[in-house]
Amino acid sequence: MSADGGRLGLKDGLRVASVGLRARRLRAALSALGIAIGTAAIVGVLGLSSSSQAGLIAEINRLGTNLFTVEAGQRLTGGEAKLPLEAPARLTLLDDVQRVAHTARLKQDDVYRNPMIPAANTGGLLVQATSLNLLSVLTTGVARGSWLNEGTAREPVAVLGAGAAAQLGIDRVEVDQRIWLGGQWFNVAGILQPSPLAPDVDASALIGYPAAQQYLGYVSIVRGEAQTGPPSSIYVRAATGHEAAVQSLLAQTANPEAPNEVKVSQPSDVLTARAAAAGAFNSLFLGLGVVALLVGAVGVANIMLISVLERRSEIGLRRALGATEGQIRTQFLGESILLAVIGGVVGVLAGAAATAVYANVKRWAVVIPAEAWSGGIASAILIGALAGLLPAIRASRLPPTVALRTV
Amino acid sequence: MLELDGVTKVYGEQPPVPALRGVSLSVRRGDLVAIVGPSGSGKTTLLHVMGTLERPTRGVVRIGGVDAARLNDREVSRLRAREIGFVFQQFFLAEHATVRENVADGLLYAGVPAAERHRRADEALDRVGLADRAHFKPTKLSGGQRQRVAIARALVGHPAIVLADEPTGNLDSAAGASIMALLRALNGDGATILMITHDAGLAEKLPRQIRMLDGEVVSDVGRDAS
Repeated sequence: MSADGGRLGLKDGLRVASVGLRARRLRAALSALGIAIGTAAIVGVLGLSSSSQAGLIAEINRLGTNLFTVEAGQRLTGGEAKLPLEAPARLTLLDDVQRVAHTARLKQDDVYRNPMIPAANTGGLLVQATSLNLLSVLTTGVARGSWLNEGTAREPVAVLGAGAAAQLGIDRVEVDQRIWLGGQWFNVAGILQPSPLAPDVDASALIGYPAAQQYLGYVSIVRGEAQTGPPSSIYVRAATGHEAAVQSLLAQTANPEAPNEVKVSQPSDVLTARAAAAGAFNSLFLGLGVVALLVGAVGVANIMLISVLERRSEIGLRRALGATEGQIRTQFLGESILLAVIGGVVGVLAGAAATAVYANVKRWAVVIPAEAWSGGIASAILIGALAGLLPAIRASRLPPTVALRTV
Repeated sequence: MLELDGVTKVYGEQPPVPALRGVSLSVRRGDLVAIVGPSGSGKTTLLHVMGTLERPTRGVVRIGGVDAARLNDREVSRLRAREIGFVFQQFFLAEHATVRENVADGLLYAGVPAAERHRRADEALDRVGLADRAHFKPTKLSGGQRQRVAIARALVGHPAIVLADEPTGNLDSAAGASIMALLRALNGDGATILMITHDAGLAEKLPRQIRMLDGEVVSDVGRDAS
């Protein structure tokens, strides 16, 4: 026999550490459950926030970050500025500008489901005249019905943004579906899909410029001639990679005489900010997970203490067979860690499964951050060690003769 | 082999309860010794002190010439793992492990590799006549068979001395007699065995009897018979 042969190998160590768990499976499962719930909550929260962030980033990539909104800002003297009538045409001429669409907000006019609605109940909806290429610039589409065309743009026909349709309670497009817009009936030709990059469009009833001129009197007089306009928002798609250059030219191109009256923004910024916010996990649920983990740890400590009391004769026998104090301590510490790790692994799997299910429903990519699962396992090991420390020390300090005394 | 010199063990402080008062004796290789005496006479304490499970308050315990008091926990544990085998009245078998695993665990802390432990466990089971029960759980065995398993576990490491605390105490007389026959046979094979019993009839059949009363050895008969 070797001189230092008293040491247990890994396999024997694991076998000895799992003796108590194998003997009382239900008890072990229940005390591991506490750790599992806590770990699952933490992994789930981290996984869900990462997955929702991944979903938003994917949406940003789909929508593109090369869209700019050019709007009329404030005059230096106060009051609202206006964009020049020819601003869209000028922006089209800029290098690296791919497409330009524009809308004009008709501030005098509101939209209602029918004439009986009190005028004050506008629902926050806007009436906007639009250029016909709006959808391709915003990369959104028609959910139901059809978009405006050269013909319907001249008629009292409107297309509703997704938010506006929901607000008006219109979820389908029928032949005689009408809305009360600017004091007259307009037919609803279609309903748009949500357009996250242009929340204004979402909340609008959109009509053609000719219809705005003809039915709602939205008109500018230029050198004695009536012209539609001016636009209030211009949407500009820049060539990818040239966003900064385009952005710096937008204001002065749109209104060379008063570039400071032009407000230029990049709507994807809002989404990017929202993605960052989604990545910041829900601290309430994280806190609940930590509390569950702590309660689980107390449960493990409690079970281990009881286990030491119950297994006094086993401890005595092991001492008689030649186990050192350290080996008894290691056995019970190992058992506690094993218990917590089983809980931790189950919790990580459950949290990952919950994330996967929810992300699938939301059509997000499933993202479980490495910190979440590795942290879950690591905290389980730590909790097992902490919870098992006192019971393990008690077990090792038990004098063999006391342990062997059967009551 | 095993020597006790003026061993005293006192439990508690207020008031002190002496369990052993100046016990001196020696056990030689190949001895088969019965320790007899009424309850509370200090038999079990004597056994625990001999087995290094308990340190004496005063006096010297020498095992194989080594003063046990000079050893630290690790060294004393190694001594127990290799030189001393214990058999208890309550068997103390692990119910969820097989008979073979129970016996093999007698070598767990002696630094013997698993395969070798199992090989020697089979050997030991063969010696106690339970080779065919190796894969049973202890709960499937009779009391006498369980005690045989416990004896196999004590013997598996070929210890210098086997200390048995009332090995027949939980058995009916037939099973008790067969355990005694086994212990005698093992002693015949060379094992040094020291057993506690309160059954004077059993003790008289053993070559040497140490009689205890109130923590003192009152007689030591047949010491020279071996």
